[in-house]
Amino acid sequence: MAKEQGIGAAVKRKEDLRFITGSGRYTDDLNQPGQLYAAFLRSPYARADILDIRSEEAEALEGVVAVLTGVQMAEDGLGDLPCGWQVKQKDGSDMVSAPHPPLAVQAVNYVGEPYGIVVADSIATALQAAELVTTEFRELDPIVDLVLATDSERIHADVARNLAYDWELGDAEATDAAMQRAAHVTRIEITNNRLIPNAMEPRAALGIYEAATEEHTLYTTSQNPHLERLVLSAFVQIAPEHKLRVIAPDVGGGFGSKIFIYAEETAVLWAARRVGRPVKWTASRSEAFLADAHGRDHLTTVELGLDAQNNFVALRVSTRANLGAYLSTFGSSVPTYLYGTLMAGQYRTPNIHVEVSGVYTNTSPVDAYRGAGRPEATYVVERVVETAARELGVDPADLRRKNMIPPDAFPYETPVALVYDTGNYEASLDKALALADYVAIAERKAEAAGRGKRRGIGLACYIEACGLAPSKLAIALGAGVGLYESGEIRVNPTGNVTVFTGSHSHGQGHETTFAQVVADRLGVEFDAVEVVHGDTGRVEFGLGTYGSRSIAVGGSALCRAADKIIAKGSRIAAHMLEAELEDIDFADGQFQVRDSNRSLSLGEVAFASYVPADYPEDLEPGLSEKAFYDPENFTYPAGTHIAEVEVDVDTGVVELVSFIAVDDFGHVINPMIVEGQVHGGVVQGVGQALLEHGIYDDQGQLQTGSYMDYCMPRADDVPDLVVDATVTPCPHNPLGVKGCGEAGAIGAPAAVINAVVDALGTNDISMPATPEKVWRALQG
Amino acid sequence: MQVEVTVNGQAHVLEVADNTLLVELLRENLGLTGTHVGCDTSQCGACTVHMDGRSVKACTVLAAQAQGAEVVTIEGIGSADALHPMQEAFRDCHALQCGFCTPGMIMSAIDLVSRNPGIDNAGVRAGLEGNICRCTGYHNIVRAVIQAAQNM
Amino acid sequence: MYPFNYHRPQSADDALALFKAAEDGIYLAGGQTLLPTMKQRLAAPTDLIDLCNVPDLRGIELETQAVSVGALTLHSEVAGHEGIRSALPVLSSLAGEIGDSQVRNRGTLGGSVANSDPAADYPAAIVGLGATIHTMDRSIEGDDFFKDLFETALNPGELITRICFPVPERAAYQKFPNPASRYAIVGVLVADFSGEIRVGVTGAGPCAFRASGIEQVLNADLSPESIDAVEVPESGFNNDLHASAIYRAHLVKVMAKRAVADLLN
Repeated sequence: MAKEQGIGAAVKRKEDLRFITGSGRYTDDLNQPGQLYAAFLRSPYARADILDIRSEEAEALEGVVAVLTGVQMAEDGLGDLPCGWQVKQKDGSDMVSAPHPPLAVQAVNYVGEPYGIVVADSIATALQAAELVTTEFRELDPIVDLVLATDSERIHADVARNLAYDWELGDAEATDAAMQRAAHVTRIEITNNRLIPNAMEPRAALGIYEAATEEHTLYTTSQNPHLERLVLSAFVQIAPEHKLRVIAPDVGGGFGSKIFIYAEETAVLWAARRVGRPVKWTASRSEAFLADAHGRDHLTTVELGLDAQNNFVALRVSTRANLGAYLSTFGSSVPTYLYGTLMAGQYRTPNIHVEVSGVYTNTSPVDAYRGAGRPEATYVVERVVETAARELGVDPADLRRKNMIPPDAFPYETPVALVYDTGNYEASLDKALALADYVAIAERKAEAAGRGKRRGIGLACYIEACGLAPSKLAIALGAGVGLYESGEIRVNPTGNVTVFTGSHSHGQGHETTFAQVVADRLGVEFDAVEVVHGDTGRVEFGLGTYGSRSIAVGGSALCRAADKIIAKGSRIAAHMLEAELEDIDFADGQFQVRDSNRSLSLGEVAFASYVPADYPEDLEPGLSEKAFYDPENFTYPAGTHIAEVEVDVDTGVVELVSFIAVDDFGHVINPMIVEGQVHGGVVQGVGQALLEHGIYDDQGQLQTGSYMDYCMPRADDVPDLVVDATVTPCPHNPLGVKGCGEAGAIGAPAAVINAVVDALGTNDISMPATPEKVWRALQG
Repeated sequence: MQVEVTVNGQAHVLEVADNTLLVELLRENLGLTGTHVGCDTSQCGACTVHMDGRSVKACTVLAAQAQGAEVVTIEGIGSADALHPMQEAFRDCHALQCGFCTPGMIMSAIDLVSRNPGIDNAGVRAGLEGNICRCTGYHNIVRAVIQAAQNM
Repeated sequence: MYPFNYHRPQSADDALALFKAAEDGIYLAGGQTLLPTMKQRLAAPTDLIDLCNVPDLRGIELETQAVSVGALTLHSEVAGHEGIRSALPVLSSLAGEIGDSQVRNRGTLGGSVANSDPAADYPAAIVGLGATIHTMDRSIEGDDFFKDLFETALNPGELITRICFPVPERAAYQKFPNPASRYAIVGVLVADFSGEIRVGVTGAGPCAFRASGIEQVLNADLSPESIDAVEVPESGFNNDLHASAIYRAHLVKVMAKRAVADLLN
């Protein structure tokens, strides 16, 4: 077994060869004989009743096959798009979930909401026909402002005050009391800006229906094809699960936005059945801006109480979260269980209370985007801690260190429902401070001042709960599905290995990392392991990829499956080697009789299992094992990120001059891939802090609906990044891993804004810190 | 209308509608799906190809404008067993994750390096202004382009 | 894109005839603004008249006190042209800041100038250098060319053939790019014609203009500091989600100061 390609090695990626040669196969690259193309009828208004849809002219256009609307979809018995997480309100009642038909029937509630689908023999014809459909709307005053929304007209008839839920976590009374006793209270109001995910591959779907077998196939850009199949079967009821195959081929990035079960994919599959021909749809970028679920969008008031010795004694958080016009698949859980539960941060704050109002507005639905709740929580905690340090005139790093949960306090139960399993927060803080040459910042500030620049440094000590999730806990908190993962290992008769995982890779490199894990566990060559994912027809089941769960949950499932392979192989080997089972050791791909030179390779055992001549009588042939792994706890990656910026006082331009990320992800399978994940996450976080903002006008029209106006980070917006690590292995999964996909996006916004605040000497600047905003702050 | 165009060294005469884009000609008519479409405002650069030796955004060139041109796509610069140094460097440096922006990024980078052989970090960052990547944070892309520049 | 008829005329006269015959014709120079606009279904011309084969629209000529650039010259050609780089470096550096490298490899001088996008870079050079725009049948002074948002002195169908840029003693261009689109939020070109200063501004208003207040003080004292005293009124300036009119007015001064500092170096 080649250790240089096992766990811990920076192995080059298996998937790269097809991507760098242009032979990747993304959904839009696929075509079917007789294929038609879809375009959607989308609302031009943020809020309106649909009075009449006239499609005769469109239907008469040559090449148009069908114009279908939400009315026909409802007539066909298709159900609503469900929200998969039921949040309980303060008073114990269920959240109020508004009906969400895939295609709107009576009313539209955000600009871009689909209410019909046009199917034609070319994209151009479909688009032209969509414009020929005349829809009569009754325009209503849109409810766009997150603050005014709860005092406005109802968007949905059954939702009073446009409030999906009023939720809380923690002990309100104890927190109030502790806050009253506090020697100092720091209070700030902060905005977490709306983001638009912008995976580079726009969403796409190709629906196929075989009338003779009633088989439905959906190729689509999904992070979790099995979940898509489950929801489309169980809730939308488009087809029974055994007659529906969902395939997510190469998928060009997700960042959360491809978790959700959307209208378009649903409608494409339904339309394919209606017209009896394959139907393909690929979003334009303009469509993606309107139709992909957005992220973040919170308004928060936070208070931190400290005693006379600067110990944190109480944290009180009140947040208004914009959920958009409908509850997206996991939209309800993001500002609650993925947010409120993280308010302890890395600190031993004894009293914490969080309340969150989830509010409907006439904007695109908001759901998980890289980090999902945890960047928002980190931003709240790390901004208020920073502000407290400034108010008290103490070093922000010292104040953090003083209040950190010490390494000997684990497992540590927080006041907000989590039990942190392990960590060493001071170690990552120290390492980051050293890398940043923190002690010499005054000199760098002085040097910058000499050039007319204001320099600032900012920290974020973040924690996240990853490895979603212990099923029982998640279901008790409202999740509609279990959050385990499945894995299957087939040792083929010739000794090479095919691995099936319910996890999904859309950039994360599972084909490489998972192969490293299996190669390492089974002692086979890395190149002899092939990883299959993303196809409900090939992989038994899975929950997919989100919440930095792939290696911690999906990788653990494969370890379990590998254990089973070794257990069965040992029985076969014991029989063949005429030894006792307990005398068989397995190492480096060899089953060996202890204290002897008698051994068999995994390949030899596999061959024997498929050609069972000399074989145990009570054992089934074959060497293929599957496992479902349900984690016993979340994992808790944590670390310190430090940003250093220079502000051009004449223009307000903020230049990020350095960024240091020191993360504790536990054990790492492939450090090259892990660093890449951190790089990408950090730059998305920097984008949130400095560049990106989804802005609606008061009529609910998206003002930042293209790359002309929505500022994506470019190569010249960021410097080289410094990425380092500390390690406390996760104690409760077989690999000791924690997950690395979201850390960058979680730590970076707070670190960057804290640096800008330090440079400006003000207490706040809202994200994104655009040049004009910074310039105005400098004017005082 | 008829368009005569040479793609990856092979001459084609194709019948296309007047409003066909070069990227559509490549993807739909020739099945060269390595060239991707990531936006509709000519900014993401996922569709970058070389036309008469210059990098262009194939989503912002009409097929008709490619009349008589030599076009090179990601499929034309190297193969799995004979990679272009830029392809090799992207793999070596982990300069790609989801792979969607990668073909355009590689095509831009080749043009950039061929015009600026001794290019440095800042030059690469500025020179890739027309290509957006959402996965990598650009760090490893910049490393890869500099590495390839030494081998091209 | 909506359907349209594509034409590739072989002469300027044929181009004009096609334009006149079309219901709603438009010239296609580089297409880097036109095609995205059409793709987003924001424009639906009936006829696209591609100028690529029209003779005499290309070529760069270096004259004693001027640089003459054919209308179909690519931004990348202007940016990389050795002759322009030594005779009129401000023009090549400005061209090198337009869009991104792929856009510069398709976009043309004539296309950009004829479009009069308020945030385009070239217009700052047209007014700042006092260029002359030559069309098929007349010459238009740079000061008189830009009329309003996407509006120029060109008549319908009138084709720019060349643009002639006078060569100043020294000049500099400073651009504050829109971080998203990379167009100019404000771009200022300052040119010193042997003591006579011209200041061209793009991005700030509906179209490019000369900043006469700044020119005045610079004519008296060519230093960045002298600009501090100038009031740049924001009235009539563009006001959008990227920059308010007040901020743009401020940036005009900052970019002008930086351009002067550059020019003095």
